[in-house]
Amino acid sequence: MTDLKFEDCLARLEQIVGKLEAGNLPLEESLTIFEEGVGLARSCSRYLEDAEKRIEVLARDDAGGVSARPFTWEPEKDA
Amino acid sequence: MSADRKVLTVSELTERIGEVLEDRFPAVWVEGEISNFYLHGSGHAYFTLKDADAQLRAVLFRTRMRRVKFEPTDGLHVLAFGAIEVYRQRGEISLVVELLEPKGLGALQLAFEQLKTRLAAEGLFDQARKRELPRFPRRIGIATSPTGAAIQDMLRVIGRRFGELNIVISPCKVQGDGAAEEIAQAIRDLNALGDVDVIIVGRGGGSIEDLAAFNEEVVARAIAGSKVPVVSAVGHEVDFTIADFVADLRAPTPSAAAELVVREKQAVVDALAQLRARLERSAARPLRDLERRVDELTVRLRRGLRGEVSHARHRAALAIRALRAADPVARVRSDRHRLEGLESRLIASFTRRCDRARSGLRAAVARLDSLSPLAVLGRGYSLTRARTGEFVRRASQVKAGDDVQVLLQQGSLDARVTATREQDDRPQV
Repeated sequence: MTDLKFEDCLARLEQIVGKLEAGNLPLEESLTIFEEGVGLARSCSRYLEDAEKRIEVLARDDAGGVSARPFTWEPEKDA
Repeated sequence: MSADRKVLTVSELTERIGEVLEDRFPAVWVEGEISNFYLHGSGHAYFTLKDADAQLRAVLFRTRMRRVKFEPTDGLHVLAFGAIEVYRQRGEISLVVELLEPKGLGALQLAFEQLKTRLAAEGLFDQARKRELPRFPRRIGIATSPTGAAIQDMLRVIGRRFGELNIVISPCKVQGDGAAEEIAQAIRDLNALGDVDVIIVGRGGGSIEDLAAFNEEVVARAIAGSKVPVVSAVGHEVDFTIADFVADLRAPTPSAAAELVVREKQAVVDALAQLRARLERSAARPLRDLERRVDELTVRLRRGLRGEVSHARHRAALAIRALRAADPVARVRSDRHRLEGLESRLIASFTRRCDRARSGLRAAVARLDSLSPLAVLGRGYSLTRARTGEFVRRASQVKAGDDVQVLLQQGSLDARVTATREQDDRPQV
């Protein structure tokens, strides 16, 4: 994923689709944003596919800095 | 004045009064209303307790003041517990307060109401401050106890809805001494870590005392100061905590908070698939649109051209007419045209008139002819004119040898009289 967050990617993708569906765009601009949209859709999909479960817990070091460490968690069995 | 009278100095007397009073009232509960409350820079607070008929000075030393949960303000009805002390230097009685409690409401409740009023006045609860939650958070921060039921509930819900998410737990005490400060720090830590899209802060259900930390100002300030949206999840369906009022969104329980923050993965996948489909459908659209526009333009162009031409023609005709009307040459031409018309009409009418005149003349001439003396010449007669020009009607008008002119129907004769006769032998009429 680029610098854009998944959220922003989706929002931009929605905006692009909306624009294209509304028409009234110059052809060149249409093609440009269409390409952008295809790229966004692809990276969103990849993000969803690649997302993996990761649970961390924050720990403060002596200097007062904050870092995240893995946190092991097993779901309790539902009664 | 008697010598046995006992005279005390002011110091001695106040000392005695002090001893008596302080012995008599070492620990007393007093009920009254606070007035003239004054918090000194030293941290000690001074005020007056009063009722309808009396008042008593009171002092709350710094160490005791710190333990008062609510804000003592003028007009507040309170119960004060403490010792009576006589301030010798000024001869004043005052109550040294150990405990101060609001009358009626519990101290916690009053503190809650007071903080709520103050923060609301500051605008911390304004709807306008509330931020939208991200619809698809990548990384979720949770400020809570890592060992409580709340974190279990939240992890279970998130795992069920969208397991492949990154969760960062910021551990903190959620009740007891120092809990409020820890909760506030946990929120600040998540902000400091960065890259967190949304924070859930909360704990499982409990009594109002258990939830007290979430009613503290430090927590409210930490929530208000968070860079990312905060969802409060204090497990109490009915009562709202201060944290609930400040948070961008309030969830009634930790599980509910997790559900509000994390969408079903399937819904996200579906939404994305739908967007992709729409994108692909719309791909052909610009070209289709262009084609349609070209078609439309062509039609309009044709129609326009036709219209233009006929319109131009019409306008040209109008212009020519106007020009003709205005142009002197054209006017002359048209005048000449009119003149020619008039001329020909004139000629025609004149000709007709002439013809009529001519035929009239002919008739007149014919009639004249029949009457003319010359007409008789046609029948063989002739006229004789003397040299004098008079017509000769009698012989006596001339004599032999005179030259006369004889006018015939055609031509004339010059003749000389040879003889004259007064009487001739023709038959007399």
